[in-house]
Amino acid sequence: MSYKRMLALTAALMIGAPFAQAADLRIGLAEDPDVLDPDQSRTFVGRIVYAALCDKLVDITPDLQIIPQLATEWEWSDDGKVLTMKLREGVTFHDGEPFNATAVAANIDRSQNLDESRRKSEVASIASTEVVDDLTIRINLTNADATLIAQLADRAGMMMSPKAAAEAGADFANNLVCSGPFKFKERVQQDRIVLEKFADYWNADQINFDTVTYLPITDGTVRLANLRAGDVDIIERLAATDVTSVRADDNLQLEMAVSLGYQGITVNVNNGDRAQNPLGQDARVRRALSLAIDREALNQVVFEGVMAAGNQPFPPTSPWYSTAHPIPARDVEAAKALLADAGVETVEVELQLSTDPVAQQVGQVIQAMAAEAGFDVKIVAKEFATQLSEQTAGNYEASQIGWSGRVDPDGNIHQFMTCDGGINDSKYCNPAVDELLNAARTSNIVEERKADYDAALAILAEDMPIIYLYHQTWIWALAGKVQGYTPYPDGMIRLEGVSFAE
Amino acid sequence: MLSFIGRRILIAIPTVLLISVFVFFMQKLLPGDPVLALAGEDRNPEILEFLREKYRLNDPLYVQYFTWIGNALQGDLGISLRTQQPVLTLIGQKLPVTIQLAVMALIIAIVIGVPAGIVSAYRKGTWVDWLANILALSGLSVPNFWLGIMLILLVSVKLGWLPASGYQPFLDDPLQSIRTMLMPAFVLGTGLAATLMRHTRSAMLGVLKSDYVRTARAKGLSETTVVVKHALRNALVPIVTVVTLLFGELLAGAVLTEQIFTIPGFGKLVVDAVFNRDYAVVQGIVLCTAIAFIAMNILADALYRVLNPRMRNS
Repeated sequence: MSYKRMLALTAALMIGAPFAQAADLRIGLAEDPDVLDPDQSRTFVGRIVYAALCDKLVDITPDLQIIPQLATEWEWSDDGKVLTMKLREGVTFHDGEPFNATAVAANIDRSQNLDESRRKSEVASIASTEVVDDLTIRINLTNADATLIAQLADRAGMMMSPKAAAEAGADFANNLVCSGPFKFKERVQQDRIVLEKFADYWNADQINFDTVTYLPITDGTVRLANLRAGDVDIIERLAATDVTSVRADDNLQLEMAVSLGYQGITVNVNNGDRAQNPLGQDARVRRALSLAIDREALNQVVFEGVMAAGNQPFPPTSPWYSTAHPIPARDVEAAKALLADAGVETVEVELQLSTDPVAQQVGQVIQAMAAEAGFDVKIVAKEFATQLSEQTAGNYEASQIGWSGRVDPDGNIHQFMTCDGGINDSKYCNPAVDELLNAARTSNIVEERKADYDAALAILAEDMPIIYLYHQTWIWALAGKVQGYTPYPDGMIRLEGVSFAE
Repeated sequence: MLSFIGRRILIAIPTVLLISVFVFFMQKLLPGDPVLALAGEDRNPEILEFLREKYRLNDPLYVQYFTWIGNALQGDLGISLRTQQPVLTLIGQKLPVTIQLAVMALIIAIVIGVPAGIVSAYRKGTWVDWLANILALSGLSVPNFWLGIMLILLVSVKLGWLPASGYQPFLDDPLQSIRTMLMPAFVLGTGLAATLMRHTRSAMLGVLKSDYVRTARAKGLSETTVVVKHALRNALVPIVTVVTLLFGELLAGAVLTEQIFTIPGFGKLVVDAVFNRDYAVVQGIVLCTAIAFIAMNILADALYRVLNPRMRNS
């Protein structure tokens, strides 16, 4: 091959890039979703795909109000044990099957009874369902459950075609049939998930793309590079350290929302032998550690101030945040006094955290701050799967870990702080807290629930089995041509109203 | 020749079995519970127990091993805990991707490495030799991930010539497929080119000093004939060995390169599988890689015999 022909071929290779179709939206995800079946899936990132694929009975607004989606109105019985829902008329699933009360009943049954279902605990309070008429469903509960409606705004409320689900059984993931604005087209593991517009969608006017392609790009720098190169239009979970450079780039836009979750230090207070140390045994020592940390400085140093400092399971922006216990200012003297009170001078703490460099930085900042109050913090980095199993097994003293958060406050606190809570890795147990949190679950009156949570948070601020540090902020970067994007605190990407500028 | 290859394959069988034992038990030594990794944030004990039963993780280890190896012998490598796809299907999907990357990288490595090695050996001690050595050393020392990200920033973001990442199957759109693979193959290939250049250089240096090269020159043959026909051919045996060994390095390098360029290949599959404690997938991949590695070695031995007739009788 002559030199010239070689050059020509190289040029052809480089220029011959096909232009992306105008109506294909490409979204860069931080991870590859797991099984695409709302009843079986467990990852946060999978829910981002469902936001376009599967409609739910109800949805949330950016300020966490529950609004109609497939259910147009609903009402609770006086004892809070019966929920009656009116359903939207004229909705069909992607396979043409009609959406109606029978379909809702079948979906609830699948969430409760499919062997592989991960939704069982979310719909555990449902005793039975009754099809009142084609578009009315009555849900009977074993006990009043205030958390249910928020569960129906998430995976447990996603409606799949009962016919397709029955045919597929547990093997639904590669051809999921829902009723959302887009239907499943293809998936190549670790490479792409392609959805195409569902022409019969009930809200089709709001949908402006023919296809949506989700591309898992795990490396944050590469994800941003793809956006800058125009290969994707939206990326999620931009690194906080990249915020400044995206702001400075005229071709990009930035959207943020404080998440529903939290990050903190879970202390082993009663989970086996490793709880036998001053930090695990004496709440004063835990409060001292909390006082030694300047949460705003932590936020500035590690996250350029993008996250939200916090001291409770709910972010300060949440209506459930207890204003009686604001974020404490750093007070090294008070921390030292608490330690003296507890009869210790220096406290050795082994803090386990994940191998991710951001977690390391958080650990180092805490280490430096706590040292001034008399804590000798030893950082042990563990790969995430190991961190989780050590925590469950009680093989840790303190663990820096977080929770992605739930719409209903119960999801951020009950399973961590009640004696038999499913994810209570510190094994904290206080009957008074149990009573308050159980009561808050069963009331549908917001003021009553709020009073219960405030009382529980007051006890937890004393006992402090988890030292809350900050709340993650979801950060999206968008190409300049994307318009109409609304950031949500649940981190989902909702495509209603989103379009490309002409 | 056939009986030689047959003998080698027979010897390989116990090796593969030994590897299977190692992979299986070493993995179980890793801390971290696959079911916990699978269950995600909500760790409902009931579901954990159901999954343990379903994937037979409660059986004694030796029972698990024999079940696995028994099924593997029948061509069933189990299913992925995470995606619930058969491991063999996953490998079938990912292997062509990595092979394409490896072949392109190897071509780039050979095209750069071998000529550079020849020239630097031939011009030993001159500035050409120095330049080639400096380039080779930088090729060896620059980490793949750094070079990868720099290339993405330059070629995709600044110049907009090639896609930043992703993958297009070769049969769907060959041109686009080569375009997406060009950068990753280059990143992977340059590191190998450096190793190849160093080995070619030393092999050529040895050969260029030998008597038959002097004889060839004395006969008045042109320098090209002397170098390419007489010297290079004899220097090829060690080079072939290196290329075979590079195959292992290539797979290891592919792990990183695929992460950076988001290529859904073998490397990405195994990294994700390790992080998710997806035992069946890790075992399947390591087993397949080991078999491929052994096959490459047998191939290399066979190639020696083609290249060097003296070895045919040994």
